[in-house]
Amino acid sequence: MIHAYQNNGYHIVLDVNSGAVHVVDELAYDLIPRIEEQLTERFGTAAQTEDPEDQIPALTQELADALGADDESTEVIGEILGLRAEGRLYTEDPYRQYATAFRHRQTVVKALCLNVAHECNLACRYCFAGEGEYHGERALMSAEVGRAALDFLVRNSGNRRNLEVDFFGGEPLLNWDVVKELVRYGRSLEKDHDKHFRFTITTNGTLLNEEILEFVNREMDNIVLSIDGRKEVNDRMRPWRSGKGQESVDGAASVYERIVPKYLAVARSRNEERYFVRGTFTHENLDFSEDVKHLADLGFTRISVEPVVAAPESPWAIREEDIPVLSAEYDKLAGMILQYRREGRPFHFFHFDIDLEGGPCVAKRLSGCGSGCEYLGVTPWGDLYPCHQFVGNERFVMGNVFDGITREDIREQFLASNVYTREECTGCFARYYCSGGCAANAWNFNGDINTVYREGCALQKKRIECAIMLKAAEAEE
Amino acid sequence: MKHIKTLNTRDLQESMKKGGCGECQTSCQSACKTSCTVGNQSCEQLKK
Repeated sequence: MIHAYQNNGYHIVLDVNSGAVHVVDELAYDLIPRIEEQLTERFGTAAQTEDPEDQIPALTQELADALGADDESTEVIGEILGLRAEGRLYTEDPYRQYATAFRHRQTVVKALCLNVAHECNLACRYCFAGEGEYHGERALMSAEVGRAALDFLVRNSGNRRNLEVDFFGGEPLLNWDVVKELVRYGRSLEKDHDKHFRFTITTNGTLLNEEILEFVNREMDNIVLSIDGRKEVNDRMRPWRSGKGQESVDGAASVYERIVPKYLAVARSRNEERYFVRGTFTHENLDFSEDVKHLADLGFTRISVEPVVAAPESPWAIREEDIPVLSAEYDKLAGMILQYRREGRPFHFFHFDIDLEGGPCVAKRLSGCGSGCEYLGVTPWGDLYPCHQFVGNERFVMGNVFDGITREDIREQFLASNVYTREECTGCFARYYCSGGCAANAWNFNGDINTVYREGCALQKKRIECAIMLKAAEAEE
Repeated sequence: MKHIKTLNTRDLQESMKKGGCGECQTSCQSACKTSCTVGNQSCEQLKK
């Protein structure tokens, strides 16, 4: 299977099953699908199925004659058949059986999202967590529950050495003493159990201070700092819980004014590494590339701005008619990244970061994010959910940190889910990059984790095309 | 003149042979928390 597309002046052909990426000229771009047709007519498949030895010159001539090709086109056909012989063009999908076997694999728990606070001092309008409370009671995680969660993780992690723990909420800095205690406790477990904890934190930043920053810089592998971009966008969507958005709570500043200086200090103190400023765009600010630009112009170099997750009836939800607008925004953003790179002020956009050479193996690409088996969400009182996005949906409670997983059926359901259990993924070029997408989105929109969220897919495909175009541009530089 | 330039990529079929060690990062933990992208992760084995 191939996927051919044009972006920012580049002609790109992906060989989906081998993962090969070809940057081609217009002539090759025109010929690659036509040769695929010709080969399929002759052999029933375009893939190389026999020993290609000595076959290429004769087949090149045969196809050139069939297409009435001139010398230059004949040369291109030779190149195409060479790549086919190397297994880098027109390859077939050999992974289906592998994925079936993979369903029965032993998995370990390797990551937890600890909701240390179901409480927040902001009231973001689009919050999937119901303004921090996950549609339930306000609650803070006790140190006892947190320690039990880390014990559960160590106990269920098998030989896996690197364990990930994200402090999440609500706003985790509202429970800062417990965060510190859990980091201390985690470190105390490392030597005896031959484990290494990678702690991360996701915060709205309003409570950051020097003491917290010093601790975060010493102990945390990553810090995610929430901000939506331009002041008017951020303060409209991320107001103080008191209902005040534009104005201050203590006479000092709006949310934007409060957090921006703190975030710049975080970025500097971490040498522009191991952090992200992260925003959400909604139906209300479809021109989100302006928000990314704003963040880049403020001096941030690690930026993630992502589509909202909201119920279809929500005024913030991305609608089908928004997709062309958002696709154009991604193209504009990709062009901006090229421009900023040329001007010597490059920045990372998380969704355009892609690792072509050192990326994940097929096993990972087939199985996805690991929610429900390798990755679990934990509530302040210790209940286990398939991931943070499912928290609050009682039917997905899988057990708790004291008794472990008691609902094996839920775990099995997530373990069995992969790109082949989602019908829509079978013919999609993006399947080994997105791995079938987010189970929580699929559940929220269709009531079935083995489906896809269509608007999310359209945006994901566009992002992948842009990300690969940027790699093509990088290879040229 | 070459008409096709192939970027260096990991051979996915080859990765079947030695893949699946499970040491890689959990996709949703890094920054997104809402929109899973696996292709932008790095393989822990290749990092070494």
